[in-house]
Amino acid sequence: MVNLQNLADAIKVGNRAEATKLTRQAIDETVGAKEILEAMVGAMDEIGKKFQRNEVFVPEMLIASRAMKESMAVLEPLLVKAGITPAFTAVIGTVAGDLHDIGKNLVAMMWKGANFGVVDLGTNVSPEKFLAAAKEHKARVVGLSALLTTTMPAMKQTVAALRAANLPGLKVVIGGAPITQEFAAEIGADAFAPDAASAVDMVRKLMVA
Amino acid sequence: MSDSCRPTRYQTLAISNPDDLYFGTAPRPVRTRQGMVIGGGVVYPELNFTLPPISVEQSTHGRICQQYREIITGALTRAVELETPGVVIEFETLPPMTENPQWAIDITKILVDAMEGAHAKHGLLSALRITPNDTREFIRPPVMRSGQKWDDMLATFGGCAAAGAELLSIESVGGKEVHDDALTMCDLPQVIFALCVMGVRDMQFLWTHVSQIAKRHRAISAGDTACGFGNTAMVLAEQKLIPRVFAAVVRAVTAVRSLVAYECGAVGPGKDCGYENPILKAITGYPMAMEGKTAACAHLSPLGNIAAATCDTWSNESVQNIRLLGGMAPTCYMEQLIYDCRLMNRALAHGRESALMLQGWMVESDEGLDPQAYVLAPDHAIAIARSIVVSRDYYTAGKTAALTAVGLIRQGFRSGRLKLSAREEPWLETMQQAVEELPDRESTFIDQMMGVVDTSKFVAKDYDL
Repeated sequence: MVNLQNLADAIKVGNRAEATKLTRQAIDETVGAKEILEAMVGAMDEIGKKFQRNEVFVPEMLIASRAMKESMAVLEPLLVKAGITPAFTAVIGTVAGDLHDIGKNLVAMMWKGANFGVVDLGTNVSPEKFLAAAKEHKARVVGLSALLTTTMPAMKQTVAALRAANLPGLKVVIGGAPITQEFAAEIGADAFAPDAASAVDMVRKLMVA
Repeated sequence: MSDSCRPTRYQTLAISNPDDLYFGTAPRPVRTRQGMVIGGGVVYPELNFTLPPISVEQSTHGRICQQYREIITGALTRAVELETPGVVIEFETLPPMTENPQWAIDITKILVDAMEGAHAKHGLLSALRITPNDTREFIRPPVMRSGQKWDDMLATFGGCAAAGAELLSIESVGGKEVHDDALTMCDLPQVIFALCVMGVRDMQFLWTHVSQIAKRHRAISAGDTACGFGNTAMVLAEQKLIPRVFAAVVRAVTAVRSLVAYECGAVGPGKDCGYENPILKAITGYPMAMEGKTAACAHLSPLGNIAAATCDTWSNESVQNIRLLGGMAPTCYMEQLIYDCRLMNRALAHGRESALMLQGWMVESDEGLDPQAYVLAPDHAIAIARSIVVSRDYYTAGKTAALTAVGLIRQGFRSGRLKLSAREEPWLETMQQAVEELPDRESTFIDQMMGVVDTSKFVAKDYDL
């Protein structure tokens, strides 16, 4: 009988082979898809908390994320069959004129690990492209990243474009080295994420607010 | 005209004794048009500044020019008041300025006019460093050897040199397409591929052209850095995202890439954000700009004091033109740099032993607290430099620089000279194993890595791959 804790442990240490093997075993033993998913997400939540406490580095988080991704690929057909989909979609990108993406990539990874649906637009993304993606994917969250003070105006323009479109229930989260809580308030963003580690809990709070 | 130089590989060290590697002095100093001798016994302040948040476009160009006019006037006024023997001013463009070279040229003229005015009126010696952006990376995958971005970059270099900019520099990005992933994965083989296979090839191509532009305009081909590589690693380590020991080893390997600028005609002063510059100074003998504690306005680092240990100009990296209590920030930072230089120059005036004493304190205050500082202590920089010059090719140099850095850090930790946290130390073994498992031949390594890296992120033919 598969022990889902073993699956969670395999994900946490990034053991892809073991994680996918245990996922298949759980499916074969007709463990519920939702239960398996919760074990996986729980593992990533734990890794996220260890990361926040500076107990693990990014590479250790990445290999855990990779193990989860491969296990999710095995589980996905069951999730689809059971009608279990991510609770909401988040669009993320670095704003126009800015090419920095390491921080943005980390947030996208954390959000995927938390089983948010994530659409990553990459870097140098125009306000129009953010808006189009938010509409197309019926996003509930848009995450904006900027690392340069000179691209902060583009962040402001993007928020303005999103607000003008009046998309229902949309929350905007911003982050990046020059970004502050004050700036978030000034431009009408819903939240400021000071780092990748806090970005998951922040969005969860916004979704229940 | 060949597109890439035949690089002059360094096979010996210009400085092999740590007691000869210190601030203000370089075996091959650089003389500027107005007579500053950088590396000739005096440390000069090097001021860099940028704009506060503003859209850079045609409609704001007038306001932007006025800002630069105010920046340089304030900064030079303070420089005269504090009687500094000379200053280097760095104009690092913003991407829209590189893409519209005339904007950069207009600002260059403003800065040069003010500097020449201060020279005529007060005798203040100065030289302008122009640093265009490497805008090739704005296209994905970057087109590295042709196209509008390349043309605009060279036009900015040439136009600004014609307008009076004297030192030509850039923070180039060749190899960065795969290096960011390598950092987040802490994948040292991929770092070596990015820096010592891709990076060196782009550096040869780029610096052939920059050196030709410098020659055409009687400017100085100054140097490049691995800012987007080593400093990205440093910032990630500072944010506790990757191990500090990993960032320290990356720093050692970056020297292999940055060295190529000097092999292709650059003569210094090397650019400020190249924390690998002590290694390069030991190899080339050219003077180097450095930045440390006075760069906190731009980014934090564990190298605040040790960075000054081998500097020939002392920089603040970049400060926004905003008002502080003491005045406009560039003016305030000019003052800070001048005072730091004054102290170093006083030590130099008292002789080599005094300079080495001050240097010793700079080194000791930082080296034991962070492996990134540890590998840049003069004796360690020379050890890494030596490992590079005895290597037969860039790939081998990258491996040996990495192993040398790992060995130094391990030795320092075991001797108690260097503190490491418990979660850092295991990475030394991981890195050592990763490098020792690499093939001997570069061609085998390239074949292996081309099957591993995301080749959709770069144009292989632009790297001769």
